[in-house]
Amino acid sequence: MLNQTPLWKYLVLIFIVGMCALYATPNLYGEDYAVQISAGRNASVDESLLSKVTETLSSENIETKNIALDNEQILVRLTNSDSQLIARETLQRALGDDYYVAMNLAPDTPAWLEAIGGAPMKLGLDLRGGVHFLMEVDMNSAVNKSFEDMVSDFRSALREEGIRYRTVRQVEGGVEIFFRDQETLDKAEFFLRNRNRDLVFTEKNDLKIVVSMSEQKLAETRDYAVKQNITIIRNRVNQLGVAEPSVQKQGVDRIAVQLPGIQDTARAKEILNATATLEFRSVDLDHDVRDAVAGRVPAGSELVLDQQGQPQLLKKKIILTGNHIIDANSSADEYGIPQVNISLDSKGGSKMSQFTKDSIGKPMATVFIEYKSTGERDANDKLIFEAKREVISIATIQARLGSSFRITGLDSPQEAHNLSLLLRAGALIAPIQIVEERTVGPSLGKENIALGTQAIIWGFVAVLIFMLIYYKAFGLVANLALTLNLVMIVGIMSMIPGATLSLPGMAGIVLTVGMAVDANVLIFERIREELREGRSPQQAIHHGYDSAFSTILDANITTFIAGLILFAVGTGPIKGFSITLMIGIATSMFTAIFVTRAVVNAWCGGKPLKKLSI
Amino acid sequence: MQLLNMKETVGFMSLRVPAAILSALLVIGSLVSLGINQLNWGLDFTGGTQIEMRYEGVANLDAVRAELTQAGFIEPTVQNYGSSQDILIRIAPMEGVKNVEIGDRVVAALQAADPSVEKRGIAFVGPNIGDELAEQGGLAMLVSLLCILVYVAMRFEWRFALGSVVALAHDVIITLGLFSILQLEFDLTVLAAVLAVIGYSLNDTIVVSDRIRENFRKIRNSETEEIINISLTQTLNRTIITSLTTILVLMSLFFLGGATIHGFATALLFGVIIGTYSSIYVASLVALWLGVSREDLMPTEIEKEGADQESML
Repeated sequence: MLNQTPLWKYLVLIFIVGMCALYATPNLYGEDYAVQISAGRNASVDESLLSKVTETLSSENIETKNIALDNEQILVRLTNSDSQLIARETLQRALGDDYYVAMNLAPDTPAWLEAIGGAPMKLGLDLRGGVHFLMEVDMNSAVNKSFEDMVSDFRSALREEGIRYRTVRQVEGGVEIFFRDQETLDKAEFFLRNRNRDLVFTEKNDLKIVVSMSEQKLAETRDYAVKQNITIIRNRVNQLGVAEPSVQKQGVDRIAVQLPGIQDTARAKEILNATATLEFRSVDLDHDVRDAVAGRVPAGSELVLDQQGQPQLLKKKIILTGNHIIDANSSADEYGIPQVNISLDSKGGSKMSQFTKDSIGKPMATVFIEYKSTGERDANDKLIFEAKREVISIATIQARLGSSFRITGLDSPQEAHNLSLLLRAGALIAPIQIVEERTVGPSLGKENIALGTQAIIWGFVAVLIFMLIYYKAFGLVANLALTLNLVMIVGIMSMIPGATLSLPGMAGIVLTVGMAVDANVLIFERIREELREGRSPQQAIHHGYDSAFSTILDANITTFIAGLILFAVGTGPIKGFSITLMIGIATSMFTAIFVTRAVVNAWCGGKPLKKLSI
Repeated sequence: MQLLNMKETVGFMSLRVPAAILSALLVIGSLVSLGINQLNWGLDFTGGTQIEMRYEGVANLDAVRAELTQAGFIEPTVQNYGSSQDILIRIAPMEGVKNVEIGDRVVAALQAADPSVEKRGIAFVGPNIGDELAEQGGLAMLVSLLCILVYVAMRFEWRFALGSVVALAHDVIITLGLFSILQLEFDLTVLAAVLAVIGYSLNDTIVVSDRIRENFRKIRNSETEEIINISLTQTLNRTIITSLTTILVLMSLFFLGGATIHGFATALLFGVIIGTYSSIYVASLVALWLGVSREDLMPTEIEKEGADQESML
């Protein structure tokens, strides 16, 4: 019998469409005005904070819908935008600088939907409003800095080894070392080659060795510079109080920063461009901290708070600044106790060695300096930054230290990891600059959503009407498929975590609506042809679907290829467009071929038909 | 209901010489315009700063220009954007200034003169970014044409592949030509639209080629030209209806989508119309001229298709 669909196929179709529809539903619910609280470096979000937040809000008579602790963040849902503003200010005042309080729009997805992973589509910045920055890491200075380090490193290494050289100097793309005779040159080359296996040594005429980086080392240096900048930018972005920031590597040397909801772009830029540094200082043991706290701070010393808020009395003289740090990473020693390994450049190494020679057994403090905006502006309308000093570690000097040493005695691997990140942040090896900025105001974002939605609806309705008039009952089936197609696009877009809907993405959906009917047009035109050639209705349906199938497949695969290339090459909005286009092609094939077939079969299959309403 | 009720086969191919001349003229005209006028590259490609502002009443463009010139900006371009209240300001990259700050400074200058003016958006693109984008865009177009060439050659036959790629290039060149002649702004979204045109036009071409292949197998004793005419006639309804529905939604995008998406809709609208024409004339015509014949498309000749491909590549 022609045109029968087995029950299991119906079930599969219903299941697939149902799943997409289910995951599309969160988009129907609105959004709540919310305030999001996350912890700064020295604080944690826990139950006690939750109760503190609850108390603060109720004592200020701020009406809340819900307060929840989830994923190390507290989300306070509020009834309107006014109370959102007040709540943010109140909470920031009550909780202090240790916590970041950000305004956010939280989706009002019902709990049961959230439990199965349902969430509305993520909206791109052009629809939500916010800032997008593209920052470029200055690779030349990252590489040059490495060469600078190499120069001083070679000098001291050769000196220590007793090998006499004439000059060591930095040149374009490497370092040159000159010698007086061939013998010392050979000795030095052998020694340095063994010491630096990732460098390339080339012997030249006139008693000269040229040292350059291997491709791999060069790539590592660049990669490291970008990663370090990403770490620093992430820290700073938290300061801005953005609810869902995104900091990502883009290409080889760029970092894309997305800050939804931020309006004051000038402030954002200044904060992102600010610097953090690090100092090693000795602890003043000759005076009492309590005297200093009481107001009698000895000359040459100052009080600096540590992470627990306890004051520490430190000498003002700086042993070493953070720009001598080449690398810092956390690991565990042979007993599994966490530690942080630090490498200094040779200049830093000799300074450290000078200082620690006479200070074994004494404590040394590491001070982290972050430049925070005060929110005020100076005469030139520049934000005023205030250096905030904080002791992040006090360690006892166990031995005379050189250019590589370690800090032990840390409480947890987490603490070791944090400390190493901070140490690295202090040694920014490559400057960054903003090469692209896109700011979309909230009103423009809302307007874009409204315009996009309108375009989709009207385009959709126009196609529905046209298909109904032109293909009658079969047009109705195609319209059902088109509607399900739209639902499935939304459902799948909501399911894919990385997919964001942008304005070009909405245009992609509109385009898909127009093109999705193509498959049905192909099939229906075929059926009409078969009817004209005198086949029976049942046979016409059967042949129509069969012979149109390969055409539809070929046509869609080629369009898909174009979409795939757009995805691979494009960035931002173009990627958004290509994602919706590709999803649309897949879902439209599914609905236009399989869903309509099942519906047509259920409706016509097995019946003795004389005529088709097509 | 039937759009066109054709009992007779339409002699499309008898018009091949006029069609070829028309296409050639359009392509040459576009290339000439692209050579002389070039494209009106948008901010994405030129670099610079673009600021969108909204005034409460009708924006006075001359006043805005004067304010900006006074504030020290050299030759600001100020135009209406979407409505009489909205303006778009473009400022080329400047020497000796931190370019990334220009946007904020423009907003500050205009708000000092009229506090009610609202900042709608700022876009700043560094000078190097634009060149890279143009390079990437060109690369994307070439790569997609190449991939499509390979796919169609594998699925059909190299003459069809070449025919469809010629048709695609034809569509892309003429669409770009339109943007050049009318000096419409060519930005990233327009580039995306041009690539979507490639996808769409290809869709059309494949449907026609597919039918030609099928008819070669089904109808014996007919001239190649006749087969192509029959196939085009059979698919004509489908071609027109699909173009019609697509044009319907694009019209909705064109009229309702807002200023941001206007260029995108224009490029697609025009591209779809050209693409429809090219799938009827250009692709089949090229295949015909390259000497496509029944033997090339018979199912038993699959091995020969492979041999043809190799000789081509």
